[in-house]
Amino acid sequence: MKFAIFLGCNIPVRLKQYETASRAVLGELDVELVDIAEFNCCGYPLRNIDSKAFVLSSARNLALAERQNLTMMVLCKCGYGTLRMADHLMKENASLREEVNEILAKEGLKYEGNIEVKHLLSVLFNDVGIEAIKEKITRPYKNLKIATHYGCHALRPSNIVQFDDPVAPTLFDQVVEVTGAQSIYWPSKLECCGAPMLGINNDLSMNLTEKKLTDGKQSGADYLCAACPFCQIQFDTVQEMILSKQGADHHLPCILYPQLLGLSMGIDSKTLGLERNRIDITEIERFLSAV
Amino acid sequence: MLYTIALYVALTIFGLGLIYKVSLWFRYSIGMDAVDLPTSRRVSAAIKGIISTLFSVKVLTLLRVFILDVVLQIRILREDFLRWFMHMCMYGGFMLLLLMHALDKFITSVLFTDYYSTLNPFMFLRDLFGALVILGLAIALYRRFILKVSHLATKAMDHYAIIILAVIMISGLVLEGTKIVSYSNYQEMAEEYADLEQKEEIRSLEAFWVKEFEMVSPDIKGPVDVKSLDKGKELHEMSCAGCHSRPQWAFMGYGVAKAIKPVALSLDRANVHTLLWYIHFLTCFFALAYLPFSKFFHIIASPVSLLANAVMEKGRSDRANIATKQAIELDACTHCGTCSLRCSVAPVLEEIPNVNILPSEKMPSLKALASGKELSEKELRIIQEGTYLCTDCRRCTVVCPVGINLNDLWSNMKEYLVQKGYPEPMVWAREAIGAEYSLINMQDKVLSLTSADRGFQDEVTPLARVNTYSVCFGCENCTTVCPVAGNYDNPREVLGLLPHQIMHSLGLGLRDLAFGSRMLWDCLTCYQCQEHCPQGVCVTDVLYELKNMAFRHLKEVA
Repeated sequence: MKFAIFLGCNIPVRLKQYETASRAVLGELDVELVDIAEFNCCGYPLRNIDSKAFVLSSARNLALAERQNLTMMVLCKCGYGTLRMADHLMKENASLREEVNEILAKEGLKYEGNIEVKHLLSVLFNDVGIEAIKEKITRPYKNLKIATHYGCHALRPSNIVQFDDPVAPTLFDQVVEVTGAQSIYWPSKLECCGAPMLGINNDLSMNLTEKKLTDGKQSGADYLCAACPFCQIQFDTVQEMILSKQGADHHLPCILYPQLLGLSMGIDSKTLGLERNRIDITEIERFLSAV
Repeated sequence: MLYTIALYVALTIFGLGLIYKVSLWFRYSIGMDAVDLPTSRRVSAAIKGIISTLFSVKVLTLLRVFILDVVLQIRILREDFLRWFMHMCMYGGFMLLLLMHALDKFITSVLFTDYYSTLNPFMFLRDLFGALVILGLAIALYRRFILKVSHLATKAMDHYAIIILAVIMISGLVLEGTKIVSYSNYQEMAEEYADLEQKEEIRSLEAFWVKEFEMVSPDIKGPVDVKSLDKGKELHEMSCAGCHSRPQWAFMGYGVAKAIKPVALSLDRANVHTLLWYIHFLTCFFALAYLPFSKFFHIIASPVSLLANAVMEKGRSDRANIATKQAIELDACTHCGTCSLRCSVAPVLEEIPNVNILPSEKMPSLKALASGKELSEKELRIIQEGTYLCTDCRRCTVVCPVGINLNDLWSNMKEYLVQKGYPEPMVWAREAIGAEYSLINMQDKVLSLTSADRGFQDEVTPLARVNTYSVCFGCENCTTVCPVAGNYDNPREVLGLLPHQIMHSLGLGLRDLAFGSRMLWDCLTCYQCQEHCPQGVCVTDVLYELKNMAFRHLKEVA
């Protein structure tokens, strides 16, 4: 199994632990990763401003992966949704495709639509498979309650992103439960984390985050679990801001999925970058069963 | 005489320029961090910082950075071998020429008591160093004009730098060639050092020089007999050989000499070598005087930037020193374009033709802002667009060969823009378009349908999926599932229009209502509305498109 790993702009700078943890976990599962240095912005931040610029930006990445005939594996849900949408638009709209390819041709690139874009979680679930993951679990969790946060841009619009059932998804819950943890039901599981409005309408952004945190806490979760840098930053860095501002009592730390999985595989917490999270998550190791 | 005057004038301008430029380091600031700090405070902070660094273990870091990044320029090597090779040729060759050739009286002849510029190894080395610079220049021209490295913008100052360097090198090279072939030069030297009186001897030495030293004489044509040449050789060894190696060793000048041989006598009579000498030293002095104001100032500012960045960090170091460091960084930028090559958003330039997207091209804008230059609203809008398209991926900072912390510069730039009323584009667009389309605020107004803008409907159709708004039958599913609407007790009051109402206003062609609604600008793009629409209206995509249209409109107005 070989994938072109797409990190996007956020992870290498603000969430290095997501990258190191993912590489460690995928390494254990014999997934080969190829780094393409020429990858650029996925186009997500441009969608509000200029659709054609967004498609161009996305398509360049798709073309780079296609040149090496590699399936893309994206760690970010927004990046995933954006690349899937661009892939769809490039196939659906012939004149757009021509226009974009004409620009890409200046660099000797072209996107023909022959590769697939996958998210880290879908690679783990569909390509690696639950059974293969299970074999690697050496220290399953006990009595750990996890609230999975699916992330909007992975789920919707479902006809384009095709990640899982948009109304009753189970993919994320299944990959969580294979670690021995319990994936709980919580009403706002599929809701937005609030990140897109950060810096544009901070009150709205933080309100939505707070609602989710309260809901997760009330539903009995020990930890939130995310697999997207935007969501993670919202539940970690921004939660820290909310807590310091209001001292509210809905403290609910968020762990990145590969960190959760990695610990149960016996990968050390340093490689998984646990100490890099703003809100302490090291206590989660107490839920691990003894070796 | 002219030489001395020109030298002192150049040195004076250079000195004053240097003082002026360095003074700016303590006066300019980027963003709002240091506006309240007077120059005196910044100078004293710098002195304190330098002293405390020099007497700490950090001095080892400085030493390492000096050797690896300043002398060996490893940061350039890591990015691109050809560029590193090019720069090492130019920088190494020119520095050695400066020390060994231009300052030979002060350096070379002190170090080597047997120094003569026309003796080996000095003669050979001078040409070797010159060849390096010319090779470097050739690669620079190749990269900029033939290879056309993408996002490598060539500005006036890049042209000037290349031209000045080229004039110095070519004039020096041709000067060397003309001196090799020059008869008058030979005569002066022969009179001074050989002092021959017999006609026979004069002719023999001349013949020897014509044969072996490429000199062109009006008197010696055709083959000379062996006896005469032997005599000439004898005389040469007596009077000339002590100071003259064979001209072949000056391989570049020798090549020129060979090439100009047919016209050598005319050139000599026209005194071309004197003219070239004037061109050569005057250009050198001009370059010296111009240095503080040109791209060449990076020779001074870039090492300082590399060293400062190695031991300083925003948040930890004195903010006065951070401000000074940032002002130095403006001068340290060589406009090499490495940052733009690695910029994550650079490909967008093809679609949004605003060079301020590129980090290397944002620097001139930053310089203008830092110098307090009055910029028009239009210019500031362009800078705002470029600055906010940056995704903060830090790749520019990681690769900058002179160690500039570009990312910190961009965040300061954003702060400054916000202060000046140029915030994040979404916030700006929301306010600007809200002010323009105020109908939304008149809740009770009865709208006449005939005034609806039909053209607007046609505009909203660049993609087939966006056109879907027309099948909306107003079931309000989208609004029911919208987390933004759900966030408020009275969403209509806060948001103006709710999602289903925006779809409906589009059907009616009411641009005013759609643009002016706060809902449009507070949309999270979570796609709940679109997912739950029973009619297949691509609600979120329509909202995206409306925002795109609003930006297009605002750009046109500006």
